[in-house]
Amino acid sequence: MDEARLRGLTPSVLAILVRRGADFAAAEDAVQDALLEALRVWPTDPPRDAKGWLLTVAWRRFLDAARSETARRRREELLQGEPAPGRAPAMDDTLHLYFLCAHPALSPSSAVALTLRAVGGLTTRQIARAYLVPEATMAQRISRAKRTVAGVRLDRPGDAATVLRVLYLVFNEGYSGELDLAAEAIRLTRRLHVALDHPESAGLLALMLLHHARRSARTTPEGALVPLAEQDRRRWDTGAIAEGIAILRAALARDRLGEYQAQAAIAALHADAPRAEETDWVQIVEWYDELVRLNRSPVVRLNRAVAVGEADGPGAGLVALAELEESLPRHSAVAAHLHERAGDLDTAARLYAEAARKATNLAEREHLTRRAARLRHRPGS
Amino acid sequence: MAKYLLLKHYRGAPAAVNDVPMDQWTSQEISAHVRYMRNFADRLEETGEFVDSQALAPEGTFVRYDGEGRPPVTDGPFAETKDLIAGWMVIDVDTRERALELTAELSAAPGAGGQPIHEWLELRPFLTQPPTIED
Repeated sequence: MDEARLRGLTPSVLAILVRRGADFAAAEDAVQDALLEALRVWPTDPPRDAKGWLLTVAWRRFLDAARSETARRRREELLQGEPAPGRAPAMDDTLHLYFLCAHPALSPSSAVALTLRAVGGLTTRQIARAYLVPEATMAQRISRAKRTVAGVRLDRPGDAATVLRVLYLVFNEGYSGELDLAAEAIRLTRRLHVALDHPESAGLLALMLLHHARRSARTTPEGALVPLAEQDRRRWDTGAIAEGIAILRAALARDRLGEYQAQAAIAALHADAPRAEETDWVQIVEWYDELVRLNRSPVVRLNRAVAVGEADGPGAGLVALAELEESLPRHSAVAAHLHERAGDLDTAARLYAEAARKATNLAEREHLTRRAARLRHRPGS
Repeated sequence: MAKYLLLKHYRGAPAAVNDVPMDQWTSQEISAHVRYMRNFADRLEETGEFVDSQALAPEGTFVRYDGEGRPPVTDGPFAETKDLIAGWMVIDVDTRERALELTAELSAAPGAGGQPIHEWLELRPFLTQPPTIED
C-alpha cells in the first residue's frame, strides 16, 4: 500500500461520511485522523481491505468527536440510519468535494490548502512544509476554510473554472520540498478529468503533462534554469508528451476552446519540435492570439511578443512589445531577449541586468544575471 | 500566496508620527504595546497568514573571512551605522493589498499616551520559486 494510493482513497471515504449525515468539517477532520492513523499503523500491519479500514476508523473517529451530551441524540439517529459500510461511492461525490474545496468564497490560498487536504488526502504537516509555513498556521488556514464553506450544500454542481484555477495554482507552485506539488496536481487533475469530462479539464491535464515532461531538462544539476530553446530535448518525457497530446486532441475535437486548451496547444507545438529551430512559431503566434482573446493577462501578452519575435523577426517582436506597459513583470526580460536577437547586444546586456534586479524568483534572477554577464564579457567587446 | 517580510528598524526608517522612545513610556503603555503585538501575531496565526516573528538584539558584530587558516576578522558594533534592524515578521498572504493592510495594522501598535505609533515599517516581498509553466 503506497502513500499515493492511500491518499487516493480519502476523498471517497470523506464523501461516504458526508452522505451518512456527518457535516463536512467534522467528517474531514475524522478522515484526516484516520489517514494519520493509517500512516502510523499500516507499514507494520497492512489491512486486507484498505478502504474498509479507513472508512471504519474515520466513522469511529467522527462518532467519538460527536460524543457529547448535545450531540448524543443526533448520533443515535445516525447510528440507526447507518448504511452498509463499503458501498461504492459515486464519482459525483468526489466531484462535489472538488467544487466545495475550490468554492468561490475561499481565497486562493485557502482553496489550495483545503483541496490538498480533503481531496488530495495530504496531511496538514505535508501541506505546511510544501508551502513553507508553520503547521499551526496551515491548520488554522484549513479550519477557517472549512468554516467558510460550512453552509454550502454538497449536492450541487459548482464552478468548474475555480476548481481548474486551484489545480493550476498547485501545479505552478512546482517543486520546492519533499512533496512534489506538480505531481500532486497532475494526480488530482487526472481524477477530476474522469469525473468532470469537460474540455477544459482535459486542456489543463494536457497542459500539466506537457510541461511536466520537460522537467528534468529544465534545470542543470546545480539548479540553474535552462530556457526552452536550450533544453536537451532528448531528456523530455516522451510518454507524458504523447499522453498530453492525445488528451488535447480529443479535447480540441469537441470544439469548445478555453484558455487551458490554448496553452496546452502551445506547449504541444514546442513538444512537436525535435530541435528548437524547427519550432512552428507561426502556429504558436496564432494560438497566442486565441489565448489573448480568452485571457488578457499580461503574462500571455508578453509571451506572445516573444513568439512574434520568433515568427516575424525581433523587430516585429519589439513592435508587439511596445504596445504593452513597461511596468509589467518580465517586460525588460522580454525586451532584453528581443534586442539580443536583433543584434543590439549592449542594450540587451543593460536590459538583462535591469530584468535581473526586477526578477521575482531567485532562479530567474541568476539566469538573467548570467545572460547579462555573457554579453558584457563576450570576446572582442 | 506570497510571503512578505515586515521589517522594523531601530534606526534608518523615517520618523514615526508618535515618535517617543520606548524608554520614556509608562509601564502601562509598554504593557499595552506588548499585548498589541502578541495579539497581532495570534490573530495572524488564526487567519492562517503567520509565518515567523523575531526580535533582534541591537548590537551586532561584522565578521569576514581573512584567508585560509586564519581566524575570522570581526569589527563593530558601529554606533554610526545608519540602518539598524530591530526585528521582523514574515507573513504569507494572497495579495499585496493584504500585505499592506497588515503592515499598516502593525504600525498602529500603541506607544506613548496609548496612541498609535504610526511607525514606518518596511515591506519586502520574498523571491519565490520559478513557476512550472514557462511558456
